[in-house]
Amino acid sequence: MTSSSRNPILITASRLLAPFIQLFALYVIFHGHFGPGGGFQGGAMLAASILLLRLSVGAERSELKFRKSWGTPAGALGALIFAGTGLLTLLLGGHFLEYRFLPLPELSRAELHSAGILLIEVGVSLAVMAVLVAIYDDIMEEPGGD
Amino acid sequence: MRKVSLIALVLFGALLLYASSGLPGHGDPDGPSHRERSRVGSPAAAAHYIRHAQGDAASPNIVTVVLADYRGFDTLGETIVVLTAGLACTLILRRSR
Repeated sequence: MTSSSRNPILITASRLLAPFIQLFALYVIFHGHFGPGGGFQGGAMLAASILLLRLSVGAERSELKFRKSWGTPAGALGALIFAGTGLLTLLLGGHFLEYRFLPLPELSRAELHSAGILLIEVGVSLAVMAVLVAIYDDIMEEPGGD
Repeated sequence: MRKVSLIALVLFGALLLYASSGLPGHGDPDGPSHRERSRVGSPAAAAHYIRHAQGDAASPNIVTVVLADYRGFDTLGETIVVLTAGLACTLILRRSR
């Protein structure tokens, strides 16, 4: 980003706002079983909080929250969590994404399904957040940079 | 040419409006999506989801259960699509490092 005049009100407000957006995004992700929400929505909100910081305090300082180089690996990791959950149940004797074969003892069959849903929601949210931030970073990349 | 496309758009919009008058009402319990069996007699998916979602996955949000459990493979595809879009942007836009 080119150096522009940073407005202290904008910086302070967005720095105060971003943690609350992230907290609400986590609520949306982890409460997706019981209310409206889920991985896609929560991931988009996490990305929104990162992009708010990218826009307000600048790319360099917002990299303390989420580095530019993390975008693609984190997206791939999210998809890997999703596919890995499916492969794990496949290896343990079930079908692909058949959550009742997850290696979590002391959980009933329905609770295992609930846990499986949570696992893949986390994967989805990580992938969506990382990809949205990565697309922004790629578009805004400074010409003539490294 | 613009006139032709304008007329075609208006006609198409009128067709869509006419077709929408044949849709079942919102939340109509007799609508096709709420039937136990489809017209050819096979069991319908929606009734099964509504009846079994809570018991199968211990979560009251049917939408989440359908999205991530009954149709988890579909959601995996959606995630891969998002990731592929990001990778395509990276490959096109990012300079080589």
